[in-house]
Amino acid sequence: MKLLNLQRRMARAVMTPLTPSERMRPVAPNGRPMRVVAAQFIKPNDRLTSFERLEIYNRQYWFRVLSGFAEDFPGLRAVLGERRFDALAKAYLQDCPSRSFTLRNLGSRLEHWLRKHPSWAGSRKDLAIDMVRLEWADIEAFDGQAAPALKPDDLAGLNPAKLRLRLQPYVQLLDLHYPVDDLLLEVRSDEDTDFASNAFNERRKHKRVQAVARLHPSAVFLAVHRLDFSVYFRRLNREEFIILTELRDGKTLNRAIDAGFRKSSIPVAERPSHVQKLFHTWAALGWFCRPAQNPGEAQGQPDKVEAS
Amino acid sequence: MPANAFNNFTDYGIGIGLRSPHYNHILTRKPVVDWFEIISENFMIDGGRPLHILDQILEQYKVVQHGVSMYFGSAERPNREHLRRLKALVKRTKTPWLTDHLCWGSVDGRYTHDLLPMPYTFEAARITAQKVREVRDFLEVPIAVENVSSYAEFHVSEMTEWEFLTEVVERADCGILLDVNNIYVSSQNHSFDPHTYVKEIPAERVAQIHIAGHSKYRKYILDTHDHPVIDPVWKLYADAISRAGHTATLLEWDDRIPSFDEVHDEALKADKFLTSASLATAV
Repeated sequence: MKLLNLQRRMARAVMTPLTPSERMRPVAPNGRPMRVVAAQFIKPNDRLTSFERLEIYNRQYWFRVLSGFAEDFPGLRAVLGERRFDALAKAYLQDCPSRSFTLRNLGSRLEHWLRKHPSWAGSRKDLAIDMVRLEWADIEAFDGQAAPALKPDDLAGLNPAKLRLRLQPYVQLLDLHYPVDDLLLEVRSDEDTDFASNAFNERRKHKRVQAVARLHPSAVFLAVHRLDFSVYFRRLNREEFIILTELRDGKTLNRAIDAGFRKSSIPVAERPSHVQKLFHTWAALGWFCRPAQNPGEAQGQPDKVEAS
Repeated sequence: MPANAFNNFTDYGIGIGLRSPHYNHILTRKPVVDWFEIISENFMIDGGRPLHILDQILEQYKVVQHGVSMYFGSAERPNREHLRRLKALVKRTKTPWLTDHLCWGSVDGRYTHDLLPMPYTFEAARITAQKVREVRDFLEVPIAVENVSSYAEFHVSEMTEWEFLTEVVERADCGILLDVNNIYVSSQNHSFDPHTYVKEIPAERVAQIHIAGHSKYRKYILDTHDHPVIDPVWKLYADAISRAGHTATLLEWDDRIPSFDEVHDEALKADKFLTSASLATAV
């Protein structure tokens, strides 16, 4: 058997889902008995059959990817509950096995997949999708690139009609239908409290069910960002969110501000001072950076800082 | 003085794996450690805390990169994005050599994130050696391949594991990261004499040695890196050192990680073997 054929055959077996009791399935996806499949390429020894030897790798694979997935999406687990989350994780990982050298990217296709297969989230589809978006944004913000930040002085005297600002790649902007940021923080504070008692775990479970149940829809605009190497969630008002999104997408400062205030209830007279405050805050947080050297590196249209 | 052509860093002594539970201890207490081994993939990212921590470690310690997903033995070509990120990290750490496993783990672009065993065939040795050369030429850093623990053997194998390892490293002209715990684990799972393994491999190519603990089950042993090193593994280590000479040695402890001092003390048990190797060389 050629190397590539053997590797394809073994990978297919290793990535076949386990039984509910976490053993290797007796029947392969092609309908053949797994013990026959295993015996074709794996030698038995005096203690283990070919099936049992292959099963070690089959179980290791699923334990590894499921635990990595669960680590990345504790909020989704809280939203769905243990049983539904486990079922969703297995279905997702079966449809979307890792295509990256790093487990960090395991959940990169989850939002897209969940939108295509909403039944896995049951009745809390929108809430689940919001939580997935937040947890993925959290991963991206944690280790995303940070470019040298622009200081407030760097912006002085530039022509806003031509000025295009680049947002730090690690800043993630989300428009959500539920306040999932609050829920995720609550879940995490629970996780940090590492009590082993069953009574505590039951209380924790009950608390989470209550927290999810009382979560009502409300429009939330959020920046998931990093400060001193820690990830934070910062609520934005609608105007802020639109201006930042437009800037991220390569619009000039003037166009971004116009878009931000198009349907705003903020009185026209107050807008200049409002904008000034916003930019002061964003600059202090280091959210703007110098344009990419290579226009291809920038998101959307080429970013530029152009002097007047 | 180098012990051999592939072991140019005999001054590296005894290192331990850099693991996140120890970050705070290392950065605040600044313990004396010969070197740290990092898992490359944990730092092949664009920014954030992991790279910030790494930069602080690099300011004070020697660091060697160890990878877990290059999959030299996979039949497919190396992933270009993986190589690009790895090269950026190599430039950052200035690792004097780089190690990854003699195994496979991906096929048709799908990753198992496991260290799957190789069939010991001449075709596999040729493909693997070609890939090692390709990666080394791209990264421009010496490479050593590590023998893995395994729980399965293939009907198609044409040689023993140590013959396969030798075939690959001779063809690739690369070094060996000899994991004596993995030899022990595989020897128990496949019923061979681990000392024969150590005796038969080309000792002059041993660039680094790994030691670790494992977990014993009823019918097999699993390489879990969650226990101290057991005596039979220390005996294999002594064998390896007596053949390869003074060699950079690294203790792996990846699960149920105890305190930094406990891990470091366990690693330092290797010192008596290294000292006797140095004395033997001096005589």
